Amino acid sequence: MSAPSGGGASRDGYGAALLQMLDDDRVVVLEADLGKSTKSCLFRAEKPSHTVSLGIAEQNMMLVAAGMATSNYIPFASTFAIFSERAFEQIRNGIARPNIVVHLCGSHGGIHTGTDGSSAQSIEDLAIYRTLPNMTVIHPCDDISARELTLQLRGHDCPSYMRTARNKVPRAYTDESAGQLKIGHGVVHRDGSDVAILACGVMLNEALIACELLEKEGIHATVVDMHTIKPLDCNLIDELSERCGAFVTAEDHSVIGGLGGAVSEYIVSNKPVPLEKVGVQDRFGESGGSDELMQLMGLKSTDIVTAAKRVIHRK
Amino acid sequence: MQRGMGLDISELEAMALRCRRNIVKMVYNAGAGHPGGSLSAIDMLVGLYGHRLRVDTASPKSADRDRFIMSKGHASPGVYAVLHERGFLTDSDLTTFRKLGGPCQGHVDMKWCPGVDFSAGSLGMGLSFGIGCGIAAKLDASERTAWVMLGDGELQEGQVWEGVMAAVHHEIGNVKVIVDRNGIQNDDFCEAQMRMFDVSEKFASFGWAVMEIDGHNMEEVVNAIDWADNVSDGPACIVMHTVKGKGVSFMENNPKFHGAAPSEDQFQLAMEELI
Repeated sequence: MSAPSGGGASRDGYGAALLQMLDDDRVVVLEADLGKSTKSCLFRAEKPSHTVSLGIAEQNMMLVAAGMATSNYIPFASTFAIFSERAFEQIRNGIARPNIVVHLCGSHGGIHTGTDGSSAQSIEDLAIYRTLPNMTVIHPCDDISARELTLQLRGHDCPSYMRTARNKVPRAYTDESAGQLKIGHGVVHRDGSDVAILACGVMLNEALIACELLEKEGIHATVVDMHTIKPLDCNLIDELSERCGAFVTAEDHSVIGGLGGAVSEYIVSNKPVPLEKVGVQDRFGESGGSDELMQLMGLKSTDIVTAAKRVIHRK
Repeated sequence: MQRGMGLDISELEAMALRCRRNIVKMVYNAGAGHPGGSLSAIDMLVGLYGHRLRVDTASPKSADRDRFIMSKGHASPGVYAVLHERGFLTDSDLTTFRKLGGPCQGHVDMKWCPGVDFSAGSLGMGLSFGIGCGIAAKLDASERTAWVMLGDGELQEGQVWEGVMAAVHHEIGNVKVIVDRNGIQNDDFCEAQMRMFDVSEKFASFGWAVMEIDGHNMEEVVNAIDWADNVSDGPACIVMHTVKGKGVSFMENNPKFHGAAPSEDQFQLAMEELI
């Protein structure tokens, strides 16, 4: 796939998708005083009748969304990833348990969020929501894929959590190539047989750079956009276990319980092969620029290269 | 859809007595459950299902039905007893209370039990859900209403007040709250756990229309339901003063029977009293 130019933040794609659903009166948007940040404000400006602002009260928002969903509406509720977590029990008992189709969007996820500091940098959201039965968990890499996957959620038959990111990264998709995105199916961006790099969110870009660096050293890597953490694309993982025999996972998230955790859990019980996890080690973030923090936390392409070599050595 | 069951006050009182017997039977048979808060709430539950709610046993999920949201979901025996009277549950369904695979789960659950609109269990969530139902009804220009029952101990949950604020802000005239002010929660009397002072004043200060009643006087119950029905420019709250365990002497106002089953002797005594 050719590399598209320009950059986009996945939160912008979420907002763009909401705008594309304006003509569907079943779609309602809920927000908790962060519409300008999550980009639900774009929908509100065009369709205030179907936008419910609930103030700084995330717990209430989750159940209001559930009530509307049981009345045949399709709620898209957003806040920061970290603030959704204060409503975990509401999401668990009020949405996931009765399998009520509410679509949650947690923006500003990961340390990429930057200067706001560790209180705003959720590095555990994917792990938390992945534990809930019925939940789909998605983390798109750029604005175009976030838009496409959000649009697909309108027809999705179970609740979901989508993490979006605040900052722009180079785009991995064009409007045309976004057509191959499908919830629950990874997208292969580079095809090599030495190692498979499974990445999500802003780390897909780092994985693509890592692939080029590895190529210069004669190492051929597969790079997959694993935008859906749950349900995991197990068929693709099986195929890559056979073909590459080694994995690197890359995520702007704790190495505990997220994409790396999910893939590890799967392969260890199926076709065990070596795996290295690139992600936030068991620590909190701090204030700093996105790039500075990614350097500090070991989330750069060079870290993926190191992990790739290490895992190939372990084959 | 039929509104209520067309029963007069004495018929509603008779229905409440049958429900009280079933509540105690369910908890006794299961060896567990929450009789106290079921018995305090049951007159209002009978008032709602017997006098007011438009629901359809043939089509429990009918889009335009009224919603009843039991936020204090542990008072499930009360809900099952009244759903049984309304025709959603059979005699044998009631024997499944807290049993594997049955519709009568420990806490009311919309996925398991016909006629249940909300899966409860965690306190503090029901009002928010009711507001969602209310906003949806408003968007649909439907006359359906959402009735939410909260426990008084439950008012200690912060989420309740998020909802109390939101209902006024969004001018939700189709959401009606009933507070079961029985004065007892899990560990002890509410006033010992967390003083709440004047509950009516709290709701009123947020902008709610409020009415206080004796929650065991069926005429007051029915009148309060009609009053709340006529409040249309914003949310309405009925604070009903009740007695936990009402109708069974040894359960009345006794924190022990918030969540405990009677012994065999106690069960026999309760059955003798509830006639």
